Amino acid sequence: MSAQHNRARRTAGTAAVLGAALALSACAGGSDAPVGDPETPSEPVDLRMTVWTADETQLALFQSIADAYVAENPELVSSVKFETIPFEDYTTALTTQLAGGNAPDLAWIFESNAPEFVSSGALVDLRPVLEGTEDYAFDDLVPSALTLWEDGEGLYAYPFSNSPFAMFVNTDQIEEAGQPNPVDLVADGKWTFDAARDIAAAAAEKSGEQGLVVRDFEYQSWENLATVWSGWQAAPWSADGTQCTFTEPAMVDAMTWFHDAVFTDAAMPEPGTTADFFAGDAAMTITQISRASALDDSFHWDVVPLPEGPAGKQNVVGQAGVGVFAAGEHPDVAADFLAYFTNAENAGQLAAYFPPPRQSLLNGESLADANPKLTAGQLEAVVVEGVEDAVTKPAHKNFAKLSETVRAELDALWVEDADVEAVLADTCAAVTPLLED
Amino acid sequence: MATASAAVRRDWLVGYTMVAPVVLGSLAFVVLPLGMVVWYSLHEWNVLANTFTFVGAENYQRMASDPGLTDALLATVWFSVGLVVVNIALALLLAVLLNQKLPGTTTFRTFFFSPVVVSLVAWTIVWSFLLQADGGINGFLSVLGVEGPNWLRHPTTAMIAVIIVQVFKNVGLNMILFLAALQGVPEELQEAARLDGAGAWRRFRSITLPLISPTILLVSIITIVGSLEVFAQIDVLTGGGPGNSTTVLVYYLYQQAFRFNEFGYASALAVLLFVIVLVLTLFQWQSRKRWVFHEV
Repeated sequence: MSAQHNRARRTAGTAAVLGAALALSACAGGSDAPVGDPETPSEPVDLRMTVWTADETQLALFQSIADAYVAENPELVSSVKFETIPFEDYTTALTTQLAGGNAPDLAWIFESNAPEFVSSGALVDLRPVLEGTEDYAFDDLVPSALTLWEDGEGLYAYPFSNSPFAMFVNTDQIEEAGQPNPVDLVADGKWTFDAARDIAAAAAEKSGEQGLVVRDFEYQSWENLATVWSGWQAAPWSADGTQCTFTEPAMVDAMTWFHDAVFTDAAMPEPGTTADFFAGDAAMTITQISRASALDDSFHWDVVPLPEGPAGKQNVVGQAGVGVFAAGEHPDVAADFLAYFTNAENAGQLAAYFPPPRQSLLNGESLADANPKLTAGQLEAVVVEGVEDAVTKPAHKNFAKLSETVRAELDALWVEDADVEAVLADTCAAVTPLLED
Repeated sequence: MATASAAVRRDWLVGYTMVAPVVLGSLAFVVLPLGMVVWYSLHEWNVLANTFTFVGAENYQRMASDPGLTDALLATVWFSVGLVVVNIALALLLAVLLNQKLPGTTTFRTFFFSPVVVSLVAWTIVWSFLLQADGGINGFLSVLGVEGPNWLRHPTTAMIAVIIVQVFKNVGLNMILFLAALQGVPEELQEAARLDGAGAWRRFRSITLPLISPTILLVSIITIVGSLEVFAQIDVLTGGGPGNSTTVLVYYLYQQAFRFNEFGYASALAVLLFVIVLVLTLFQWQSRKRWVFHEV
């Protein structure tokens, strides 16, 4: 009896886990039709927006802006709630909410998922509302920042965060290793990936810590390597997303450089080795400028732009958009709130944490007001110039499958004796059907 | 007659009332979800596009030509065989050792059982640090003059690592079940065999094993079914890698549903998993007639 009972429970558990997650109520119709001015509802509605930040200061700022909106529009909205979903499982949890018929009204969306969300019809077209909102200054938005979120004439999310990738350096470790200061190399035009590798290797050897860490890569999230291969002007697939370009010479060179930096030069941590720059475990790290808030006074540090590669300097930004779900209960009201949340005045407040896509706010002085850890000069060099002509990390309408497939193929690259060209050829063979899908 | 009939009806009413909560619970949380999953498996469900289209057996046909599923099934077999063999053998060995009347056995029983009550994810996260290239396991090995592998980055060692983590997590539960069974083996039988000149191994093989065979059946069913449901350990330790070497069926199902938004296909995979569990359990249950000495 015990065995039977146990079997039944476990079998039921297996089915129930999936069954519960795949709740039935997901069949409400959605629409990619543009939203317009909200009609006054019979009674004020409650809005819900999912975010991945759990930072209380940031959430307090959001809430203060939302409360002001509620105060100005009591006939439309009774409350706006910001719901934090952990970063690691954000998209999974969001799509599970959609599957369960529990779509939020608004949501942050990763750039990697942008084409998938935009092309699916999950989001409503915001352009009419944003352009039609008085004092919104739509023309102030940097056109290149919107590209990822556009489909034809439609704009399906507002890129609220445009955080450039930069190199943070532990100047104590670098100085101790007798290496040149990257800031000086930038000034001399000698700040290259090769120079960064050499400094990192020397610092690691001297300190016994790690050299250069591409933060959040950890041999899993390969798309973070865009901050490196962009210096070679390499990309995983063509701009239209139909052709694999992992086997292009630029990508082969970039990945060979990276592989050698790890396994030959010992300039980067090997797979399975963790090193947190912000805890003093590494000499340098490539990460987004917004991570500066994690620094304390335990060591001297500086921040410099990404190094030049053989193809010159290429800026890379990490973007995040906020969109309104067609399957939400109140898309018109949600879009109206978004227009308020991101208008010129509130974008200035949000710039404290999220570099905005507004030209008028992208200057060192404006950003320095909200970023006490960084000087206006640093912000001018890294953020303002970093946003201009920048590329984003890889994105594709089939990104989830591509991400997992590439990860699995590139695992063969992260061993000492890997054949880089062969691994990249295998990667292309695996992803080509997904690109054509 | 009328009185007897009323009494019978009253007994039935009381009986059905008593079992109603279990029946209703089973219908709501077992039968209904199973039916829903089967229904979903006949559809293509795009969550983002909000479409739910009947496709008949298409998802099941897709399984037949899905190389990812083949890899996942192979990985599942590797994991299940490794886990079941090591877990049951180790649990039985520990139970036999800790069934002796020696000082300290209670402490060791507690030591081996304690991981069972630890949070699975917390347990796995700790092990993920221990198994890193520069982690505690390799640190210990280096003290012994052995250079440990990068456990979670090689296909073979990654699977071994996942199995070891799972074995240490649950071996205590099986050990306790075996201990209870061992303590039920009559001492007179052991004594009689000893007087007849039977050695320790002979007594274990001819007396102990047959008498604890019902527990072996129970433990094997629990462990095999449990091995087919491993998820958190894979997700935390390896993420299915390196390559797809540790992508077992449940993890593959999870990927299809919650990463790739292929909810219809994932439902078909869930049905496949259900059938596998059902067949294996029925097979074990039927096979008991040949090797289980008696049933409790």
